[in-house]
Formats: sequence, C-alpha cells, structure tokens
Amino acid sequence: MRYSALSIFLNGLFGNRNWAAHWRQPEPKAHYDVIIVGGGGHGLATAYYLSKTFGIRNIAVVEKGYIGSGNVGRNTTIIRSNYLLPGNNPFYEFSMKLWEGLEQDFNFNAMVSQRGVLNLFHSDAQRDAYTRRGNAMRLHGVDAELLDREAVCAMLPFFDYDNARFPIQGGLLQRRGGTVRHDAVAWGYARGADSHGVDILQNCEVTGIRREGGKAVGVETTRGFIGCGKLALAAAGNSSQVVGMAGLKLPIESHVLQAFVSEGLKPFIDSVVTFGAGHFYVSQSDKGGLVFGGDIDGYNSYAQRGNLATVEHVAEAGKAMIPALSRIRVLRSWGGIMDMSMDGSPIIDRVHLDNLYLNAGWCYGGFKATPASGYCFAHLIAKGEPHETAKAFRLDRFQRGYLIDEKGQGAQPNLH
Amino acid sequence: MASRIPCPHCGLRPKEEFTVKGAALQRPEAEAGAQAWHDYVYLRDNPRGAYEEYWHHTSGCRRWLVVARNTVTHEVASCRDAAEVKAVTA
Ligand SMILES: Cc1cc2nc3c(=O)[nH]c(=O)nc-3n(C[C@H](O)[C@H](O)[C@H](O)COP(=O)(O)OP(=O)(O)OC[C@H]3O[C@@H](n4cnc5c(N)ncnc54)[C@H](O)[C@@H]3O)c2cc1C
Ligand SMILES: [Zn+2]
Repeated sequence: MRYSALSIFLNGLFGNRNWAAHWRQPEPKAHYDVIIVGGGGHGLATAYYLSKTFGIRNIAVVEKGYIGSGNVGRNTTIIRSNYLLPGNNPFYEFSMKLWEGLEQDFNFNAMVSQRGVLNLFHSDAQRDAYTRRGNAMRLHGVDAELLDREAVCAMLPFFDYDNARFPIQGGLLQRRGGTVRHDAVAWGYARGADSHGVDILQNCEVTGIRREGGKAVGVETTRGFIGCGKLALAAAGNSSQVVGMAGLKLPIESHVLQAFVSEGLKPFIDSVVTFGAGHFYVSQSDKGGLVFGGDIDGYNSYAQRGNLATVEHVAEAGKAMIPALSRIRVLRSWGGIMDMSMDGSPIIDRVHLDNLYLNAGWCYGGFKATPASGYCFAHLIAKGEPHETAKAFRLDRFQRGYLIDEKGQGAQPNLH
Repeated sequence: MASRIPCPHCGLRPKEEFTVKGAALQRPEAEAGAQAWHDYVYLRDNPRGAYEEYWHHTSGCRRWLVVARNTVTHEVASCRDAAEVKAVTA
C-alpha cells in the first residue's frame, strides 16, 4: 500500500479503520542469506537498502524487544553534517543528502525538518575553531555560515548575550541541519524493508553466535536457532555484548545519555541551538515541548536511566544560555545506552570472521547517521568492499594509529 | 548510579564528591609491546553486570579508589583504596 493524499483522504472518510499493518509478524525461517542483529534505525536501514538497492531478498532483522525501543526512539532527533575531519565529513553529508530525499524514497512521513542547527561560540578561540570547521565544511561542499552576535541576536533575542562568563559572540549555522521524527524513521525503514520481503523478527533476542571453521553459521535466539549466510551486527549500546558472543573485544564502553522534554509551549525556538560553553542543546518539537539534553552521565551503564546530578547540570547549562527556561517545567526524562567508542567515531567494518560484519560505536550522534550508516553497511555486506564515504571507519584504526578524533574525546569520562 | 559510595577513609559519601576514571585495568610494563598497550588503552570488557573501576574521591580524602559496581543495577558491592588492590580485573 502506498501513501498518497488520496489514500489519506479516503481512509479519513471511513474513520481511519481500514489501514493495513505496516509490516508482517513472520515466524523465523530456518535460514536467511543475511541476518541483521538489532532492529534500531541502523539495522532497519541496512535491511532496507540491502533489499531495495543491493537486491538481496532473503533477510531477517532480529530484535530483542520491539523495533524502535532502543536509541532510535530515545534520541533528541537532531540531524546535521557540520563535521571537520575528512573521514567524517563526506559520510555525514551523504547522510544529509539521503535525509533530504528519504520521505519520497520510502513513502513515509518522517517529518524531516531542515530548521537549521546553530552552534554558539563564546570566545575568540572558539570563534576561530568554528571558522575553521565552517571552512572545512564549505571545502567539502557542505553549507555553513558564520553569524556574528547581531545576527544571532536577530534570530534568538531572548538568549543571555552578556553573561559575564559566557557572553555569546556569534555562531556557526548549518541551515540544512534540523530534526526528524525519530520513531517514524524506524517505522518507515521497517515498512520499506518489509515491503521488499525482509522478515522483521521482534521479541527475539540473540543469545549466542554459532561458529564453524572461521565463519558464523547462525544465531541462537530466544525463538530458536536461525542459520545465516552472512551475519551483520547493529546492536548499538549492546554491541560489546553481541560481539562478545563471537569472542571479540571492542574499543567501546556503554554509557547512559539522558534527554528531557518540557511541557508544551507556544512557538519559542524555531531551530536547533547548542550552547558552546557547556554541553547543552535544545529544539522545540511540533507539539511545543522543548527537547533538550547534555552530556553522558560518565560511568559505564546498561540501565537506560540516569542520575539527578546530570539533570541538575543540564538544567544549569540551559539556564545559563536561556534564562527564561527557569520557569519551564520538565515533563519527562529518559536514558539510552550509548556505544561510546574510544575516539568518538563509528565502526563499519568486516571483523575477525569471514562473514561477520559490525556496525557500532555511534556514541551520542548516530541518529543523524542512520540513512548513510544503513546504506554503507549494506554496501559492505553486499559487495564486500566499503562504501567510498565510510572507508575510514575501520576497526583496526586504533591499532594503526588512524583515530578519527573529531572532538578529541572518547568514552573515557575524563575526556569529556 | 548508587547515590552514595562507601569510601574506606571517609565513610558513606554522596557520589557527587567522586570523579569516575573508568575501568580498573592492570597497567602493562613499559616494554610490554604495542599489542599489550593497544589492548590496555583501547579494548574494554564492557560487561553487563559486575565491574571494577577507578573513582577519585575528589571532594574528600583525594585518594584513588577501586569501586566494584554493577552496571545494570548501579549497586556498589565494595570500595577499596587503590593502593591496597594488588590484582584487579583485566
Ligand atoms: C538521549 C539520547 C539522545 C540522542 N540524541 C541524538 C541526536 O540528537 N542526534 C543524533 O544523531 N544521535 C543522537 N543520539 C544517538 C542515536 O540515538 C544512536 O547513536 C543511534 O540511534 C544508534 O543506532 P540504532 O538506532 O541502530 O540503535 P538502537 O535503536 O538502540 O538499536 C539497537 C537495537 O539492538 C537491539 N539489541 C541489542 N542486543 C540485542 C540482542 N542480543 N538480540 C537482538 N537485538 C538486540 C536493541 O534492543 C535495539 O533495539 C541520542 C541518543 C540518546 C540515548
Ligand atoms: Zn574518601
């Protein structure tokens, strides 16, 4: 079933009772050509591009909970491609281009909103660093504009410009950045993959990886053994656990990141803004709530809930940037488990078994990468070679000394 | 995180007084070679469950501690002075 203005109108006439399910609830088959572990954004996008673009049809996505229950449904929905380093920039820009055509491509409304992402700077040194990053972006064909204080003030007059410690001097703006409705991304990719024959197996936890002669031959799951030709792991915060089943140790720690949403407000902030003097970022959802967050809590965790000290820290940073926030009530907060890699950059690579592929290490920035991550991972699985824009994301880079240290920080809390 | 950590010197103290450093690993010998150092610097067991890590009692006795903690429940099982811990988890 394709969505169109007409189908929405006609279904509306009948009280929206006749919509079909978006994807099937199949029983696991005995064997698939490709099994993808993890039904988050990256796993579902991989299945979508594998089936649609690379022509592999016999695929399963194995998800321990329900799809969208992981980070893809927990993030703060920001997309951008404002990266400095050559290993990162073309990849995130490829992702941005895929976002721009995504809704037409998978025929689903993901509410892609290019409302602009503005990074504030508060000192001369920070201005110079942002100028350098903006120039690097433009050299790669990505849009970037450096705004002075007056230009930022015209956009967002209610910020604390003359804060004694963190005066706002200007900002680096990427107008093509913005937000996307996160769970619609999971649903859109799931529906698209299902329509190309992919089996999405929910409530099916992988508990072991069966190996024979240097190959992965299948996975043990809570719904029985399932055989595979190739095995692709995209388990985000649980990557170390799943890869550990194949006997490999990763340069990754799992940490909790919290996010918050306020009560609904009238239109207040029409772009995404990040504070440059502390870790705080905010946007406003279409329902009116302010969606915001800050740093990871700092200690290893698999708990999907964080600490009050971090809540306080985020609130303080927010109030330093926007004093008016002090009157706003927070409705909800939640946590997600991040696969923090040691250089802060991801891994898309074939690993120590011939047919075992790994997609991990997305830290707190993997949502924006979802389309390109899925595409490049599918490319690697189908063709055996990395996609042009994802060549740098190798696992052995730590051994070879080719770290991609975009921000000079990794999992270690003292580096944040 | 548990909200309090039992420092062996200061007693039960709020966790905000402490700074976490991360996995309590055995530091290799200086001549141990590139592979051993790579493993030490980058690779992590990252367990779901029991875990030993270094915490610094920054706003207290300023001693380095080894805290045994559960990464799922956040419960602290024990807390020892780092100088007293000979063999820690690798
Ligand atoms: C609070 C928060 C805010 C964030 N904000 C942003 C942002 O603004 N912009 C941005 O770009 N990124 C952001 N991120 C990061 C982004 O959400 C993640 O990097 C990204 O979603 C990870 O990829 P995923 O969608 O595939 O992960 P997930 O949705 O977590 O998918 C992994 C799936 O694997 C499943 N799984 C795990 N183990 C097993 C197993 N043994 N068997 C079967 N299935 C298993 C899990 O259940 C899960 O569904 C944020 C993250 C959080 C938590
Ligand atoms: Zn103490």
